Amino acid sequence: MEAEAAKYIGAGIACVGMAGAAIGVGNIFGNFLSGALRNPSAAQSQFGNLIFGFAVTEALGIFSFLVALLALFG
Amino acid sequence: MADPNKVDPIHQFNIENIFAIGGNDGGFQLAFTNSALFMALTVGAISAYLILSTSGRGLVPNRAQVLSEMMYEFVANMVRQSAGTEGMKFFPFVFSLFMFVLVANLLGMFPFFFTVTSHIIVTFALAMLVISTVVIYGFMRNGFGFLKLFVPSGIPAPILLIVVPIEIISFLSRPISLSVRLFANILAGHITLKVFAGFIVTLGSMGALGILGAALPLFMTVALTALEFLVAALQAYVFAVLTSMYLNDAIHPGH
Repeated sequence: MEAEAAKYIGAGIACVGMAGAAIGVGNIFGNFLSGALRNPSAAQSQFGNLIFGFAVTEALGIFSFLVALLALFG
Repeated sequence: MADPNKVDPIHQFNIENIFAIGGNDGGFQLAFTNSALFMALTVGAISAYLILSTSGRGLVPNRAQVLSEMMYEFVANMVRQSAGTEGMKFFPFVFSLFMFVLVANLLGMFPFFFTVTSHIIVTFALAMLVISTVVIYGFMRNGFGFLKLFVPSGIPAPILLIVVPIEIISFLSRPISLSVRLFANILAGHITLKVFAGFIVTLGSMGALGILGAALPLFMTVALTALEFLVAALQAYVFAVLTSMYLNDAIHPGH
């Protein structure tokens, strides 16, 4: 196999890691919604925590994107 | 990619010199690029708006002044909640970062405008600024007590052997995740926009049926533009929230 082709395949496989981040982000917003609908008055105060959890979870998906970039251009 | 008939979604990120000093003989070159131009535009727009809107200092604020006061209050509340009242000494820093990222992202949404934050070097410089502030201020304020950041309290000693390296790695990955999050979101969003815009052109050149079909990606492009405005504001907010949380670690290093 050519090295160039292996690069693209590797980058594609690295992006599979984003699926995990997708599940995580979905979990966070889903759970926030279900909590917020049970107690709407407390939802507003938890917006910062929601975004923080989203950002930290998303970071792991970003890392797999980074690995894909490194495989392509590194 | 060099095919002139294809839409090149990466072309928008090209950095071009507007004018340059030196560099003709392969030496050191000082260039004013389109990136620098848009950074200057961003700072100019923020300064002009904030100065002009608040210079009246009306007791009953007009619309422009309300908006600047809202942004001030928004960031002030965020810093106060995440970093405590002591963190308010970093308020000018966080406010400048937030406004710079927000306005740079929003300016980038205009067609033919360059997006400053779509380049990793810009966001990485901002992230390193944040992390070096945290490290330097943390050591200045707490001395070696700052290292308590890596040792969570109330954990039995054998587990600490695992937890401390994890905490150190998570701290070291912060500048990377902070910079790459902003850069990757903006980059990916802008590429997606251009790819869908390319579909419209390709379909539109296929005759009557193609023009009908081109309505679909056109609708997607409009929807994506709206989504990108959301992402632009959200990423600026995330950047500022994480900055104040990291500053909180420097101020109160114990868990």
